[in-house]
Amino acid sequence: MIRIVLTFLAMAWLSVMVLAPVVIVLFAGLSAGVGAWWSAINDEETRTSVALSLKIAAIVVPCNAVFGIAAAWALARFRFPGRALLLALLDLPLSVSPVVSGLVFVLLFGAQGWFGAWLQAHDIQIIFAIPGIVLATAFVTLPMVARELLPLLESQGEDAELAARTLGASGWQTFWLVSFPRMRGALAYGVLLCTARALGEFGAVSVVSGHIRGQTDTLPLHVEILHNEYHFQAAFAAASLLLLVGVATLLLRRLQTPESAH
Amino acid sequence: MTFSRTKRAPAAMPGLGLSLGITLTWLSLIALIPLAALVVRAGSLGWQGWLNAVSGERVWLSLRLSFGASLIAAALDTAAGLLIAWVLCRNKVPFKAFWDVLVDLPFALPTAVAGIALTALWVPDGWLGQLVAPFGWRIAFAEPGVVVALTFIGLPFVVRTIQPVLQSAEKELEEAAESLGASPAQIIWRVVLPSLRPALLTGFALAFARAVGEYGSVIFICGNIPMKTEITPLLIVARLEQYDYAGATALATIMLGFSALILAALQFLQKGRRTALR
Repeated sequence: MIRIVLTFLAMAWLSVMVLAPVVIVLFAGLSAGVGAWWSAINDEETRTSVALSLKIAAIVVPCNAVFGIAAAWALARFRFPGRALLLALLDLPLSVSPVVSGLVFVLLFGAQGWFGAWLQAHDIQIIFAIPGIVLATAFVTLPMVARELLPLLESQGEDAELAARTLGASGWQTFWLVSFPRMRGALAYGVLLCTARALGEFGAVSVVSGHIRGQTDTLPLHVEILHNEYHFQAAFAAASLLLLVGVATLLLRRLQTPESAH
Repeated sequence: MTFSRTKRAPAAMPGLGLSLGITLTWLSLIALIPLAALVVRAGSLGWQGWLNAVSGERVWLSLRLSFGASLIAAALDTAAGLLIAWVLCRNKVPFKAFWDVLVDLPFALPTAVAGIALTALWVPDGWLGQLVAPFGWRIAFAEPGVVVALTFIGLPFVVRTIQPVLQSAEKELEEAAESLGASPAQIIWRVVLPSLRPALLTGFALAFARAVGEYGSVIFICGNIPMKTEITPLLIVARLEQYDYAGATALATIMLGFSALILAALQFLQKGRRTALR
């Protein structure tokens, strides 16, 4: 009996605290019908913001994927002085407030920042422009690929690579023919997580973007603008796109977990 | 610096130089140098300047709200997360996979989306807001709204920390307790809880750390009333918008120091857990 009550309580908590917000996004987005939902998404400014978000992700994710492979390789395959510190620093971007993540770039490249005067003299704009958004997004998503790869590489051990080396493979051959094929699944999932986060990042981007309509408003910032202007249905329609990205990453992980669980 | 492996067996594992080089370069460019710049900038304020920038009632109230609401939220998450993890691991739940996916949703939902969704739910005429309005409870645009948002984003941290421990814990112990006549409440309190303490503490710390820095999901529901519902990250943004870089920097160092402290505490907790398992 108590078991049933506890189960019910757990499901009630999840329904009220987690399921209800999801449902209301879809409900409010579709409140005026599918046609209105589609026209809100197909709106010129929304399309521009989607394109900008995709562009940012297309720049940031490959960089952080290469970084992730390198970091996981160095940290899983070698023991060196400062390794523990490096592991801790790797987590720092995920635990710093997103507002601080944006602020640091304003302090470096903003009008009053360290390089502000120099950048102004050379007519280069970083803050309130796309480069600033790229930097802030790169900061926030920095360790996401590395964190997917690191446990995998550690659990795999290094026997296969050492065997390849003993058989005369070069370093790159070992990587491409032995290591890379075995990390493809985790790499793909890390890239997916990183992409989803890059598309959805709000706080850090909001600090550096300047909210210039049609130029520096990414999709999450556009959701904020629509909401602040009381275009609630349009805001939720745009938000439903981000919701779909999030749900897709969760479902893909379901598919991925069974094989990587061991 | 000596790297023992490369020295002893030059042809063994390849790529230390390259991989470490890429790692350190990118980490420094994107994260370490910018964070160092923040610290240096704060240092240039001088002790007195820094102190002036972080004193005053508005700062104090924002810190109290940020840390207070985060503590409450993390505590709620720990209680609810323990319950949810236990139910998902041990009980027969209809559509278990569905609920299990749902737990991770706050991880995957962009904070701005969570923010507007929670606001729409908890405004006085919203789906949930109208249920509590007759009691005179105001959630959105008041302090409880901050707690609601922070509780939302913190839940998966607790559940996902507890679940693996609960799964690997010996189910037989609980079954033995049950066969000896213990009630589920007694089983949780006497058998499950003691073995979960480190995991609960870790989950609490993770949820708390995330909550203190949170911005996107809170700013919509809190209503941005200075001195009342203004969390510290929001005050940093407000100062930036007034070009008060010094004030924003000083506050940011508090947030950064807190993040570093929590990271250190988590390292310590995990080390303790690992040795406890051995």
